Amino acid sequence: MSETPVTSSVSKGCFVFKSTSKKRKRHVGVGGYLVDGSDDNGSDRFRICQKLWETVQMNTEVIQDQLNKHVLDSLVEFIKKHDLGNSPDVWRQRSSEIPTAALMLGVNVPDHAMTFRSLCNLLQDSVTPFVVSVHAKECAAVKLLIHKLLEQLMGKGVSVDEEQEDETALLQRTQCTISALCQWYKTVTKKCPQVSPQRKANLKNNDLPRSLPVVVIFKDFEAFNSQVLQDFILICSRYTQELPFIFIFGIATSPSAIQHRLPHSVSSLLCIEVFQSLSCTQHLASVFDKLILNSQFPFKLSSRVIQVLVGIFLYHDFSVQNFVKGLQFSMLEHFNGQPLSVLCCQKKEALLFAKTLSQKNVERIRHLPSFMRYVETQEPQEQVQLLTSDEHVKDTCQKLLKNLHKYHKNYYPILQCLHSLTSLLPKFPLGKHIRELHVSCIEKNLWETEEYDSAMQLLRILAKDELVAALEKCAEILKSAKTKRMQNVLQQVEDFIGRLEALEGVTSEESTGDGVILEKNRRTDLFQLQKTLLEKESRRTKRVNPYEVLRSQVIEFIDSLVREYLTPAELQPLSEVCYYSSSAVLRQRLNVSPRTSIQTALSHPFHYLQNESLKTNAGTISSAAPDLCIVYKLHLECGRLINLYDWLEAFVTVMSAAEDQDADSEEKGKFDSLKHARFIQAVSELEFLGFVKSTKQKTDHVARLTWGGC
Amino acid sequence: MSVTLQCPGYPEDTLRSLADRLPCRETQLTSLLSLMGQPDQYSYPSVFIYGHRATGKSHVVLTIMKDLELPHASVDCVECVSGGLLFHQVLSAFFGPDAAALLPRCPSLSDFVRLYKQMSSSTPATQTRYIILDRAERMRDMDFSLLPALLRLQELVNDNVTVILLSEIVWEKFRPNTGCFEPLLFHFPDYSKAELVQILSWDHHPSYTPELYASYINILLGVFFSVCRDLRELRHLAVLNFSKFCEPLEKGEAKESDIHKLWKNIEPHLHRAMQTVYLREVSSMQWEQQQMDEKEATTLRGLSAHAHIELPYYSKFLLIAAYLASFNPARTDRRFFLKNHGKIRKTNFLKKHEKTSNHLLGPKPFPLDRLLAIFYSVVDSRVAPTASVFSQISSLVTLQLLSQVGHDDQLDSPKYKCAVSLDFILAISRTVSFDVVRYLYDFL
Repeated sequence: MSETPVTSSVSKGCFVFKSTSKKRKRHVGVGGYLVDGSDDNGSDRFRICQKLWETVQMNTEVIQDQLNKHVLDSLVEFIKKHDLGNSPDVWRQRSSEIPTAALMLGVNVPDHAMTFRSLCNLLQDSVTPFVVSVHAKECAAVKLLIHKLLEQLMGKGVSVDEEQEDETALLQRTQCTISALCQWYKTVTKKCPQVSPQRKANLKNNDLPRSLPVVVIFKDFEAFNSQVLQDFILICSRYTQELPFIFIFGIATSPSAIQHRLPHSVSSLLCIEVFQSLSCTQHLASVFDKLILNSQFPFKLSSRVIQVLVGIFLYHDFSVQNFVKGLQFSMLEHFNGQPLSVLCCQKKEALLFAKTLSQKNVERIRHLPSFMRYVETQEPQEQVQLLTSDEHVKDTCQKLLKNLHKYHKNYYPILQCLHSLTSLLPKFPLGKHIRELHVSCIEKNLWETEEYDSAMQLLRILAKDELVAALEKCAEILKSAKTKRMQNVLQQVEDFIGRLEALEGVTSEESTGDGVILEKNRRTDLFQLQKTLLEKESRRTKRVNPYEVLRSQVIEFIDSLVREYLTPAELQPLSEVCYYSSSAVLRQRLNVSPRTSIQTALSHPFHYLQNESLKTNAGTISSAAPDLCIVYKLHLECGRLINLYDWLEAFVTVMSAAEDQDADSEEKGKFDSLKHARFIQAVSELEFLGFVKSTKQKTDHVARLTWGGC
Repeated sequence: MSVTLQCPGYPEDTLRSLADRLPCRETQLTSLLSLMGQPDQYSYPSVFIYGHRATGKSHVVLTIMKDLELPHASVDCVECVSGGLLFHQVLSAFFGPDAAALLPRCPSLSDFVRLYKQMSSSTPATQTRYIILDRAERMRDMDFSLLPALLRLQELVNDNVTVILLSEIVWEKFRPNTGCFEPLLFHFPDYSKAELVQILSWDHHPSYTPELYASYINILLGVFFSVCRDLRELRHLAVLNFSKFCEPLEKGEAKESDIHKLWKNIEPHLHRAMQTVYLREVSSMQWEQQQMDEKEATTLRGLSAHAHIELPYYSKFLLIAAYLASFNPARTDRRFFLKNHGKIRKTNFLKKHEKTSNHLLGPKPFPLDRLLAIFYSVVDSRVAPTASVFSQISSLVTLQLLSQVGHDDQLDSPKYKCAVSLDFILAISRTVSFDVVRYLYDFL
């Protein structure tokens, strides 16, 4: 308490205190963020974290580019096509229509920025330098929209050619109209071929001198004021002959939004084509494959954490960007909170770090629950060694780290195999997506769950061609796995496939044999026939098809694989090094509830202030609490309308409760102006927070804005 | 026809070619010309021309101006986001860009009048100057004094100038309540069917006979005349579908005289065009592509076919809750969302005035509290009132699935309306297996 600076203010709130320069110096170094003073490898952890984050960023960008490639390419194709379509065609005059691409991006608006950025870059590189992207926020009126357009285009003109600077400045000063833009466009396109040799080369390739289109990207079509859009389109359509406009509407909902927004007279000026981008769930799946279901990426998430992150994605925002942010946050938390996370890196590096573990960290390893479990399974002599000798712990640690890496290398291929097998089954007993399977695998022993049993049951009645196809898929997956054991498994799988295929001849032969028997008995009477049929039926039930035998072998084999490789991660010794598991923290940080925290702050001030004197029992109002808290608690007891005078009296009663014992009974119930002022201030703060508001229904009353009361 | 076109002061052959270039607008042309008088005579200060879309208003006026080489300034009022732009365009058209540059930064009407006077005194008008204001209805949104001033601009600037206003709506909607100079009203009637045929037959394809094209236009109008009389649209459609019409001729399956055969070929095609390309469900580019591909079976998916929207789980429930709040009377919430709602007799419960379908009346506004209360009772799991739930509401507003109503006081219970259709909400609730109909008062 003595350390905290004191303010002169009566109210509670956030105050800025400039720290002394001495304190600040400690936090200057970049690597210093994770330095705890107690351990020495903070900078190492910071470095590892940084490196991992870079790989994450790089990978997500690559994935985004790959996924968007198709739709972006077709967009560019569309623009080029219309570009060529502008060639003089005497007979028809369709050119008054503005080519428009409706780009369907889905409701995950935070992810759109990246798509638009790559779209802009792509267009500028391959089609036209005149690309403008506008946001609804900046364009509340047509004037602003045109201004934005001119600003972005002519600014570019300046960068292309220095001479033009005075010219554009003049234009901007005088007029902000499309006709001014027209003038500018004419001068620029005259010069442009000489300016950029790259474009010139492009032109030569196509052997067709064409005009460069002006692409206008409306990033969030829905948010635009429809009147602004209509006017803008009307104005632009007047100039299509001179200025080849192309619009791109970034649409989050559905293309019918265009029809809702624009009347027929305006939409008839557009030539709209729809482009569908990939759904965000597919995007998430590929990010998941790349970052989480990957043995190369040392940082892992526990099942609970995955559930929290995926839950936020599916229930709240559909934003892959936010998912990656969540991953980044958990990485930071892990490397910050877990000193042993220094071992969470590539195998070679990790082994090196394991060799040079400090004594403190060795002690930390001894306290890891997974390590303790491991110790318990060892021989007594070994146990003693592990508990006493630091060197021995380091050696064991290296061994265990190797095992952990091996576990991961074997885990993912087998997981994928199992998924490819079970994704064939009706109703997806083990989950439709591989992430669901992954979560249940690392959480508990998969083979003990009911879902696994039912999946296995369904696998046991799989038809042959399906089974072969699934096994072939597995073989494909296993081929990419490098470890020896996986190669072994691959061999076995291939062996099974071979045997299954060899079965083909056998079964067909047998069926023809049956046919022959039937042929022979055709001439016999009905009774005879029935008898033979029954006999055959009984024989068939007794005799097991060779395929069925083989199939059960295959299933047994898969089951053994699952039991061997898909063990829960928690059981692996040293799993805490790689796995981040505090889902509660993550949920609290990423899925915040401002209302709850305000209410906690008001009703339990101790929770945030950590001041011993504020600890209270539930249901009582302590006079030591801040005024705002007292006022808040008192207001909870009132109905929809609160009488200010009653409220004040209650407040004063609480305030003077402490003084009451020794004070005069005369003074009880009286209040001085100081208390009055404090009360007024607290009430206005409560009003500011949105709990009460003034009302005209009754004099000297305020209305409650929250639920509760009567 | 050109006999009637005799206006002193204009060269006769130009007048004749003018009459040829403006078919079906002879009467309008003659009366306009007589109204304008000889070039050096003062004309009526302001003329108001009205008529539906694509009835040739601006085309006729601008062709007259261009062909007779009269000094004119043509301004589209959509472009004039401020009065200053209008003044600028007028001045630069009459006196060159240098004069326009003299305008101050935010020119007022008096600045314009002063400059105009100054300029016209140095270069007085030898011919009547015309200011043509297209889409004049936009003028009403500009400065209220602009329209009355322009109507009597001739008086104000003391120059031979006439203002021609072109609009799709009638003058009664323009008249300011303070009164103003009444312009001369002039109506352009819609084209009749015969006139449309005559005009459309003009742009016949060079490689086919005009008769064939005329018969094509007749077929086209037979299909489209009942829904569309917009010349521009019809022309667009004629161009788009002509290649399909000619297809049997190209293939040699029919001769030009086999009108019936050609009609049988094109008629279903045109009907399909009415449902797709005319409504801009399919772009004209795609339509042509489809014609070339010759695949009848592959029907292009129109814009409204992509109605499905993927939403996060809670957003779906928020939308459903908003729909319920919008279309159920607030009084009935107790019955739908409370487990023990007590005994509410159905006869009492259904009030008479509420029997009219709420769906016919449209969505009603509801406060945020009600939305959240319904949301918490329809969603099957416990949901914490986190920030992301609230941000989802605002993102639904930006996606225009909800719309915010009334005042912008955000702190004090904002009100919303649900802006989606019943079909949409049925589709959404099906994906989360929620039976929305059971909760709707109208379907009780």
